[in-house]
Amino acid sequence: MSSPDQESRLTQRLLLTPAVSTLLLWMIVPLVMTIYFSFIRYNLMQPDASGFVGWSNYEFFITNPAFGDAVFNTLLLLGSVVIITVTFGLALALLINDPFPGQGLVRVLLISPFFIMPTVNALLWKHMMMNPIYGVLAQISVFFGTEPINWLQDLPLFSVIIMLSWQWMPFACLIFITSLQSMDKEQLEASSLDGATFWQQFRYLYLPHLARPMSVVIMIEVIFLLSVFAEIFITTSGGPGTASTNLAYLIFAEALLNFDVGAASAGAVFAIILANIVAIFLIRMIGKNLEN
Amino acid sequence: MFGSYEWNKKLVIRTVASWALALLVFFPILFMLVTSFKTELQAIAVPSLWVFEPTLENYTEVQDRSDYLHFAWNSIITSVLSTILGLLIAVPAAYSFAFAPTKRSKDIMMWMLSTKMMPAVGALIPIYVICQKLGLLDSVFALTIIFTMINLPIMVWMLYSNFKDIPREILEAARMDGATLWDEFRQVLLPLSMGGIASTGLLCLVLSWNEAFWVLNLTSANAGTLASLVASYSSPEGLFWAKLSAVSVLAIGPIVVFGWFSQKQLVQGLTFGAVK
Amino acid sequence: MGFLDLEAVDKYYGKLHAIKGIDLSIQQGEFIVFVGPSGCGKSTLLRMIAGLERINGGTLTLDGNDITHAAPAKRDLAMVFQTYALYPHMTVAENMSFSLRLAKVDKAIIDEKVKTAADKLDLTQYLDRTPKALSGGQRQRVAIGRAIVRQPKVFLFDEPLSNLDAALRGQTRVEIARLHRELGATTIYVTHDQIEAMTLADRVVVLRDGIIEQVGTPLELYDHPANRFVAQFIGMPQMNLIPTSHVPAAPQGSVELGVRTEHMAICAMGDARIKGSVEMVESLGNETLIHVRPEFAGEHDLPLIIRQYERTDLQMGDEAGVRWDDQHVHFFDADGKTLTNTVQGVAA
Ligand SMILES: Nc1ncnc2c1ncn2[C@@H]1O[C@H](COP(=O)(O)OP(=O)(O)OP(=O)(O)O)[C@@H](O)[C@H]1O
Ligand SMILES: [Mg+2]
Repeated sequence: MSSPDQESRLTQRLLLTPAVSTLLLWMIVPLVMTIYFSFIRYNLMQPDASGFVGWSNYEFFITNPAFGDAVFNTLLLLGSVVIITVTFGLALALLINDPFPGQGLVRVLLISPFFIMPTVNALLWKHMMMNPIYGVLAQISVFFGTEPINWLQDLPLFSVIIMLSWQWMPFACLIFITSLQSMDKEQLEASSLDGATFWQQFRYLYLPHLARPMSVVIMIEVIFLLSVFAEIFITTSGGPGTASTNLAYLIFAEALLNFDVGAASAGAVFAIILANIVAIFLIRMIGKNLEN
Repeated sequence: MFGSYEWNKKLVIRTVASWALALLVFFPILFMLVTSFKTELQAIAVPSLWVFEPTLENYTEVQDRSDYLHFAWNSIITSVLSTILGLLIAVPAAYSFAFAPTKRSKDIMMWMLSTKMMPAVGALIPIYVICQKLGLLDSVFALTIIFTMINLPIMVWMLYSNFKDIPREILEAARMDGATLWDEFRQVLLPLSMGGIASTGLLCLVLSWNEAFWVLNLTSANAGTLASLVASYSSPEGLFWAKLSAVSVLAIGPIVVFGWFSQKQLVQGLTFGAVK
Repeated sequence: MGFLDLEAVDKYYGKLHAIKGIDLSIQQGEFIVFVGPSGCGKSTLLRMIAGLERINGGTLTLDGNDITHAAPAKRDLAMVFQTYALYPHMTVAENMSFSLRLAKVDKAIIDEKVKTAADKLDLTQYLDRTPKALSGGQRQRVAIGRAIVRQPKVFLFDEPLSNLDAALRGQTRVEIARLHRELGATTIYVTHDQIEAMTLADRVVVLRDGIIEQVGTPLELYDHPANRFVAQFIGMPQMNLIPTSHVPAAPQGSVELGVRTEHMAICAMGDARIKGSVEMVESLGNETLIHVRPEFAGEHDLPLIIRQYERTDLQMGDEAGVRWDDQHVHFFDADGKTLTNTVQGVAA
């Protein structure tokens, strides 16, 4: 559309080639192999047993009672963390939007968890915060005279949700803060003079302004939360039972703990399908917002 | 600092609430930082100690036992190299999407993003097998390539949205002035989008530094990054909080400080141009 | 053969046929102005000449060379954009010298040329500033300066003045006319503004929906419009149209009579060819525009507008008679084509 001659159209195509071809390879090769593995018998503990097994890996994976739980947990995790982080991120951003003493430092403190690596996040919460005897949360319970909660045992999925929310809330907050800075101040003042309440301002001025950044936050969070792994691996190992097993962890468990690559691959195919359903949903919902 | 404010009840409440919440959010990190200077016994004292004689012995012990610098070096190498490589691939693609779009551009961009939604576990086994066959298990090279690939879609999107903010006419004017594609890029686009390219690079650096899934599954002693160093303190020595804290502080310190300094830059690119 | 020739030039945006086989021959040194309603394809045609839009059919020849598919950089044309499109990170001097630096012209020559251009455009004192620190008018002059230092074969302007305020627009218009006189460069200029078109152009090209409706000198278009569209498009306020059913002695086949506002007059009821009621009076000081709704006009028909240079006592709602000068009328047929122009020559 832009450059008229053949030569430069070729150049345009060449510009795209590295990105498209490497990503295609990165996607297609594992995909094809995964699909292939999902139809054969492939167990690392029984290297001699092999051969085509049809749908039985899928059957095995689906009928595994953990499968339903894993899908449910994946979606629950995703939904809760997105809702929590967007709500609290927005509230915090609104709170610290106007100047007050130490605003800059408060902002830095608030966003810090976003730069913490998942492994540290997981260990920090597992031990120092949630340990039922020595942990900070247990000390608080004791201080108030209640029975300390054994977080990872009794509320495993909720614990993971807390960790992830702690990590992603700063991200949402950071983006909302930046977005709020570009709000039309005069519009806000005018509406104050007109006697608009905070809720009216929120509804008719802030929310429309934040629609796009909100889409961005949701989109990026979904991308990363669909495949949460380290936090679960390190803290609960998916347990107790399957209480905190998501799809990512289930596949990992099948492949590397049960050594059943075939079943794990069938699970991976499910994960890919689930991801694509969410992706299509999301792109429908949000893609438009991101464009112009 | 306090002089220029017109104090009223609302401002007091806002200030107190903001500080309280910020400290609450930051508390776990602070706690960890403090713990890293305790002895193991002090670390698990109940109630937690806040006044004690700080010691550096955890830090020295971590270095003695697990060669912190080796892991740190791997972290630096993989994240820097993958960032550079990613920019080299993503910039031309983003240029093409932003300034020479075709009917399929939008679809290709959406497809790129959708590869990011595919859970990494879906690709783990094949990638593991491929690395095994090629002798690339536990190699810095493979890790760099993987980091590049997992960050590429987001990099393309960020750069794209950034380039989109540059008026097309400016590049067209350069073309009319006789600029080749390279001149156009080097003398016009690059200076104008330095901020966006920098923020894209920063984010890629943070994401690579913090990446854990591939690191845990594909590396061990040789190519492990700080993420795996931390994980190695996980289960068996779980209760050695002081050392765990020290190693964690060492692992996240560089990137957190880096993040503080670059937060403004970062968010600008992160928002896909949504924040004007 | 002209200096710049367009032959059956086509442009498609997907299914949209934006430019429909345009032929146009431009002589060296000519000042050509493209006008037409919004969306008619003026910018598209200009950008096709510039090489910024692909030409889907036909040929484009410049100075004997086929440049239909040449890259913009290879065409030796300069363009001034509506948004100026200055390089924000370069100073005024660097902006103006960019093309010469790319062409690896000797530094001394570059300085000389930039200095000359800056002198001409009154920019000398701003050479070290960046565009951010300039006013709109100054930016516009830098954009023009960037074009002239190159001494290109053709200058292309896309609505260069539309972002300036009225006073500045007038001033810059005069400046562009002067530059064209001094440089004698072939120029193609897109505008919405009738005054720019009438005062700058050697020839005006009227476009509609991707085709050329008429090409001619400004007065040719004004006096001898080829069709009703051109007749109405050129001239402000628009030419009045009266169905010939209300006009005695209209030529065979004509359906509408067109009379420019200045060729109609208010007259005594007894002399009136058309009677109506005054709908509005616009007093502009030097002239007065009287809107009269004829008796036969439907609710959605436009009123007739009479332009006179005397003040009037007429008020809204008054009855008024209208007559016109038979020396200055245009008859259009059912397709809108002009049947007869009774205008007495270009000089009339
Ligand atoms: N990149 C594009 N893709 C699709 N259609 C386009 C594109 N550019 C222009 N068009 C269409 O081509 C037609 C001509 O557009 P163009 O910009 O040339 O009009 P114009 O005469 O310059 O109008 P204006 O006076 O408003 O600037 C319009 O219908 C427009 O919608
Ligand atoms: Mg236009």
